[in-house]
Amino acid sequence: MFDIDLWREIFQSINKNRTRSLLSGFTVAFAILLFAILFGLANGLQNTFSEAFNDDANNAIFIYAGRTAKANKGLQAGRRIQFKNEDLDYVKDEFSDKVQYITARIYRNVTATFRNEKNTYNVRAVHPDHQYLEMTLMKEGRYVNQNDIENHTKVVVIGRLVEEDLFLKTTALGKYINLDGIQYKVVGIFTDEGNDNEERIIYMPITTAQRIYGNNDYIDQINLTYNPDMDYDQAIGFGRSLTDKLKNRFDVAASDQRAIRIQNMAEANKNVGQMTGALGIIILIIGFGTLIAGVVGISNIMIFIVKERTKEIGIRKALGATPRSIVSIILIESILITAIAGYFGLLIGMGVLEWAGPMLETYFIKDPSVKPSLIIGATITLIFAGAIAGYLPAKKASKIKPIVALRDD
Amino acid sequence: MLTINKLHKSYPIGDSSLHVLKGIDLSVKEGEMVAIMGSSGSGKSTLLNIIGMLDEADEGEYILDGVPIKNLTEKKAAIYRNKFLGFIFQSFNLINYKNALENVALPLYYQGMKRKERQEKAMFHLGKVGLKDWAHHLPNELSGGQKQRVAIARALAANPKLLLADEPTGALDTKTSYEIMEFIQQLNDEGKTILMVTHEEDIANMCKRIVRLRDGVIMEDTFVEQVRAGEYV
Repeated sequence: MFDIDLWREIFQSINKNRTRSLLSGFTVAFAILLFAILFGLANGLQNTFSEAFNDDANNAIFIYAGRTAKANKGLQAGRRIQFKNEDLDYVKDEFSDKVQYITARIYRNVTATFRNEKNTYNVRAVHPDHQYLEMTLMKEGRYVNQNDIENHTKVVVIGRLVEEDLFLKTTALGKYINLDGIQYKVVGIFTDEGNDNEERIIYMPITTAQRIYGNNDYIDQINLTYNPDMDYDQAIGFGRSLTDKLKNRFDVAASDQRAIRIQNMAEANKNVGQMTGALGIIILIIGFGTLIAGVVGISNIMIFIVKERTKEIGIRKALGATPRSIVSIILIESILITAIAGYFGLLIGMGVLEWAGPMLETYFIKDPSVKPSLIIGATITLIFAGAIAGYLPAKKASKIKPIVALRDD
Repeated sequence: MLTINKLHKSYPIGDSSLHVLKGIDLSVKEGEMVAIMGSSGSGKSTLLNIIGMLDEADEGEYILDGVPIKNLTEKKAAIYRNKFLGFIFQSFNLINYKNALENVALPLYYQGMKRKERQEKAMFHLGKVGLKDWAHHLPNELSGGQKQRVAIARALAANPKLLLADEPTGALDTKTSYEIMEFIQQLNDEGKTILMVTHEEDIANMCKRIVRLRDGVIMEDTFVEQVRAGEYV
């Protein structure tokens, strides 16, 4: 039921009592504004954290080999551990349900030439899975694939800056690049969200590298991601059993920390997770605190408004207003003011975040923003609180005998 | 028009209670113009408030236009007030953010009348009290006499059966008081039943009947020769 006269009454009341309307509107707008800004800043802080670990897959485990530090099983200390293809297969088979992606890496430094341009780069020889591990984004062409692995094809995938350095303004895709005297076909160009060095890398199939550099099946490093369904503790446990099994496989002493090293992102992530969790709780407390302050503010104003309007209510009642019409006129007015003011607070808050956002990046706050749904939720909470805060006094006012209301002037 | 039998009313004051009305019997016929007089504390305002359904009696009978007024819900009281009664207060009680026309139209709004009709009718009543040109002025732009005339127009707008006035001239100077009384007399001449509380003898004498209260009982109830206010203006 839409009662145009009721709305007319309400708009007149809002319009003619501007100070009052502005005052209550300001309280609500300010509460929402603060809420938006605080939440936005906290979100920005959280963004910075997750960003820091976003470059690589955050469920990665890196396995490095070194020299043994202790003698074990009759073997001397200082023995060099060398991973081979079979070790990769062993990990893959042994932990098939726990491994998501797995790749080997071989590192080489090469001098790359194309026509007259020349530069040195890091080469990483990898498996196709490496793309997901490193979160490499293809700009053009394709990544190393299974076919390359099987056929030892002489192809490379180069970083965006390699293309820029060597191919100048022309496109590299499909051209041949010379690495230490051997021609490779460029089949893809990638970008990476990490730093510039990440884009000065050349990827080639692992088997190609093994054939060219020594014709063996050595690998320098194994990278894998664990099954993301595992929680941090399970993942940390997986890392430990991986270490134990590999140490056993290479006859390394259990207490030897150098021969086989495993870097498990789950451990760092667990800390980050705890940090973000704590941050989340702080955000929640701040948010609720602001909201409660807003609720108290709007409640006070509603009580004041009803008090101020007591006489008017008495007059209206003497003229035949029902209690219901009294309550609705006060309530709708307060809800209207809260909703509009809340909307303004939301707009201003988002505007401030938008405007100040870029300047805050130096303070570890990235993309400070809030979901509109959250703010709308907060506004609704305030409207609700304002309605309750207004309802009780309005109800009471509607029950006062008009004569009492009229007497105090 | 209105019959009151053995009306009692007391107000609690702390632990004890103040017996304000101690058995009032009063009957008013249609077209009468009654002044209720008495010193302060005599219960005259309380009586008027009960008649006006702004307050409720503890005991006794009150019949207004054939309808017994008892145990009314708030909503019903509101409807009766709107239908039967028009109020004129000492302090005018206009809504200060509404202009004269809107104030007069307010009881019609509560009758559920359409806006256009409401405004026409309100304008008609404003014209009757001679304030057509002031229709769009706010109360604080009007003089005391003008405010009271707006209040009278408002009381008349809903076409009530009974007009209740609580010291209608209490806040006005003598000249303006007489002007207002002249209006009220005119309304009575047109057949409106009027009940007013006053403590001024000259105002009371402009009514047709004077009821004197003292300590919650009616001391005297006499019909008087009406003094026409127009003679003084």
